[in-house]
Amino acid sequence: MCRLFALTSTEPVSPMVAINALNVMKEGHDGSGVGLYLSGLSGPFAEHPEYPILSGIFTEKGLKRLDGIMDDLGFRPFHSVSIIKSSPPAGTPRRGVYLARAYEPPKAWADMPEAERTAQLVQTRVAIRQQGEAERDMMAFSFWPGVVMIKEVGDPLTVGEYLGLDRPDLHARRILCQGRQNTNYAINLYACHPFFIEGVCTMTNGENTAFIPIREYLSSRNVPGYTGYQSDSEVFTHIMHFTHYKLGLPVEAYKHVITPLSDAEMAGHPDQDMLARLKVLCRKMIIDGPNCVIGCLPDGTMFMVQDRKKLRPGVVGGKPGMYAFSSELCGLDAAIPDRDKTLDFQPMHLDTAYVRPECQEVTICSQLQALPRQR
Amino acid sequence: MQPTAGITPSTLSVKDLPWQVEWNKDTCTLCGRCTSVCPVSAIELAVHRKRVVETTTGLMQKPKNTYSVFHGIRQRTDAAYACIGCAMCTMVCPNNAIRPMRLDEGTALRFHNNRGGHARTRGGRRNAPDSLLDQIKFIRISMLTDPALDAGRHEFELRTLLGRVLPPEQGLKAFQENGWVPAVREIYPLVIGSMSFGALSPNMWEGLQMGVAYLNEEMGMPVRMCTGEGGCPPRLLRSRFLKYVILQIASGYFGWDEILHAIPQMKEDPCAIEIKYGQGAKPGDGGLLMWHKVNKLIASIRGVPPGVSLPSPPTHQTQYSIEESVAKMIQSMSMAWGFRVPVYPKISATTTSRAVLNNLVRNPYAAGLAIDGEDGGTGAAYNVSMNHMGHPIASNIRDCYHDLVQQGCQNEIPLIAGGGIGKNGNLAHNAAALIMLGASMVQVGKYVMQAGAGCVGSEIDRCNICNLGRCPKGITSQDPRVYRRLDPEKVAERVVDFYLAFDTELRKIFAPLGRSTSLPVGMSDALGIANKHAADRLGIQYVV
Repeated sequence: MCRLFALTSTEPVSPMVAINALNVMKEGHDGSGVGLYLSGLSGPFAEHPEYPILSGIFTEKGLKRLDGIMDDLGFRPFHSVSIIKSSPPAGTPRRGVYLARAYEPPKAWADMPEAERTAQLVQTRVAIRQQGEAERDMMAFSFWPGVVMIKEVGDPLTVGEYLGLDRPDLHARRILCQGRQNTNYAINLYACHPFFIEGVCTMTNGENTAFIPIREYLSSRNVPGYTGYQSDSEVFTHIMHFTHYKLGLPVEAYKHVITPLSDAEMAGHPDQDMLARLKVLCRKMIIDGPNCVIGCLPDGTMFMVQDRKKLRPGVVGGKPGMYAFSSELCGLDAAIPDRDKTLDFQPMHLDTAYVRPECQEVTICSQLQALPRQR
Repeated sequence: MQPTAGITPSTLSVKDLPWQVEWNKDTCTLCGRCTSVCPVSAIELAVHRKRVVETTTGLMQKPKNTYSVFHGIRQRTDAAYACIGCAMCTMVCPNNAIRPMRLDEGTALRFHNNRGGHARTRGGRRNAPDSLLDQIKFIRISMLTDPALDAGRHEFELRTLLGRVLPPEQGLKAFQENGWVPAVREIYPLVIGSMSFGALSPNMWEGLQMGVAYLNEEMGMPVRMCTGEGGCPPRLLRSRFLKYVILQIASGYFGWDEILHAIPQMKEDPCAIEIKYGQGAKPGDGGLLMWHKVNKLIASIRGVPPGVSLPSPPTHQTQYSIEESVAKMIQSMSMAWGFRVPVYPKISATTTSRAVLNNLVRNPYAAGLAIDGEDGGTGAAYNVSMNHMGHPIASNIRDCYHDLVQQGCQNEIPLIAGGGIGKNGNLAHNAAALIMLGASMVQVGKYVMQAGAGCVGSEIDRCNICNLGRCPKGITSQDPRVYRRLDPEKVAERVVDFYLAFDTELRKIFAPLGRSTSLPVGMSDALGIANKHAADRLGIQYVV
């Protein structure tokens, strides 16, 4: 089972805290990959939080191509974190440059509507990815303000130390981190969690048995960025994106999309009519688990949900100022040992647990409760 | 045969017939039940003359002949009275002294069943025992990486949607603005397909309705049944049970005068309206109820005079194009029930199915598309239509589903698959395979008759006289002397039995695949087949 650890904090934290928590949860062989999502960054990236940051891995040739592409689009580099390593540990291939580069957007951006700007960011990322796939010289994981993503194959702790992720300019307030296990060896880095699109990021463990129909459905939504699907878990990110952007629904509604209530549970629910409608409309996005999904929304809200069967472990806990979501309790113990453990919560089959970016409390929302009023 | 009898081209011997009646003189009690029950008078009481040559030892006495007679059964060899293999004779014989046996080389009848220039007509099925659906295996079994589920104890949602589903954004907006949305029914994915009141006997229809009502009201299974083109009994139209009924309208519009006049008195809306443009067993041919079956009751429900054959035209005479059909028929039927009832067309599987579907996708009033494959059954059709016309269902459904995926409408317009599902008894398997190929639900007819009422039809041209009104089980007969054999209560019990068994088997298929929270429509990664061409064509895995 893949290990998941996410941390949300009022103060920036080293990504190694999350990686160490993963390491504590390690059982048996592990080395299929590690992925990191970092937002709420400190250091130079925080100076201009509105500048989009491109994260990816580039060969020397790819980096030159990237410069050409970004130059043509009018993006000017502002600050970069470039990690270049020559002697990778066993199991990790030798790559080029691990890059996180913030760009000053073109002047015209100031007058562009928000939707157009975000669409262009997604299209640019997808275009770089596609061009990179043809030449095998560029990999782009995210292109979004205030977000850095890092992915690599290998043991998470070894990879984290190898890449030197403890550096201050990668300290972040919100971190999602996954260590992959039990996956095959034809490893594609794009299959490493977490997955990201337009500020929405999620990671998952477990198999997604309804993957093929959901992938077909999402691919046909005509939404730029609903591509890839090297992992069956990428659909969870896109469903959240769809729920957030296309349906305009809050985090509490996500669970109603992926695991709707049964008719008996819905009877007498304050939002019965709306939920019944949602169940019909979003039927193709119903998942069948077993999955634990942890994610982060554009506003910094971090959440955890389980599938309908609740076959995976998952716990959220912490203290005001810092909360963590972990696929196993020992990970949480390692990261925040001085918390009140009696307040730890393991979301069950109806629950959504989330922590707002202020990090003051864990909110639990059961599907049996009313949805918050729509603005 | 007498030595002086002439031999005509159509003179057949018993050996020329596909079904041969074996009769045991030693155990026969001459009770006569077999001859009286035979629906086609293939056997008759006969007096057989027997000669015995008696020779004694020695030379003094000459051998002599002794003539005697014995009474028994004789099988007629006239093509019009050929045995159909229904084995009712065996069923009624107290001593099991008689039974029909199939003789595969008895093919001569095939060349002589067109006496008077009339091509053979019959009821039944295609008579092709092979089934591509039966070859499909479910290969994606949950093992360790994701736990398999307990089919017996886990919760399952085995429901499907019948009706037009709007794209999520549009549907939610309509909800927020209190706008109109097309009617959608959540129903059980196994629907009793269209078999008309007329094609079926009153007892059979009553039994089915009772079974459906029991499943809904006692077992909580939202099972639906389609009427076929023959109207609907007036009391049912005005009862609360109408909500379990899909009313069918076809090119003959039989019974629709009664239905339309009953609308103001309806307590419930029907589940849906099915507009039949074609059926899989005889594509491009209209429905047919032979005059033998049009008695007073049938005639009054259908609004026609009794004793006349009722052929429906092959097409709806008032429509000349698909666009017009959608505009006229679907919208006006929707309007009749205030846009509260899903309306969908049913067509024969054909290479033009995709064109029909693409048209329906663009009309928000089209609630689905039912496609009936070549293995569908019928009450009456020409032999040639049944055997050689039509398109297999699997690839047709798959193509249509792929088209929907391409247009992003795969959750919006349900595909209803029919034709040959469970033809060899594998009902749940066949249904699950079609669902995973892209069907939202399946329709069955023949299986319902076989499992629900003991129809003896099989895929080797057995019985198949549904068209004559002489169904030996009383399933498709309109003669009270015959259909009183069928107890509606027992039919209802059997319907409930096979539905419950189907439900268990469906769970037994879905649970190991790790699926329980929604019907796995289009889960093609779970399917495999040991036939490379079929695998490529259907876009599923080739496994050996």
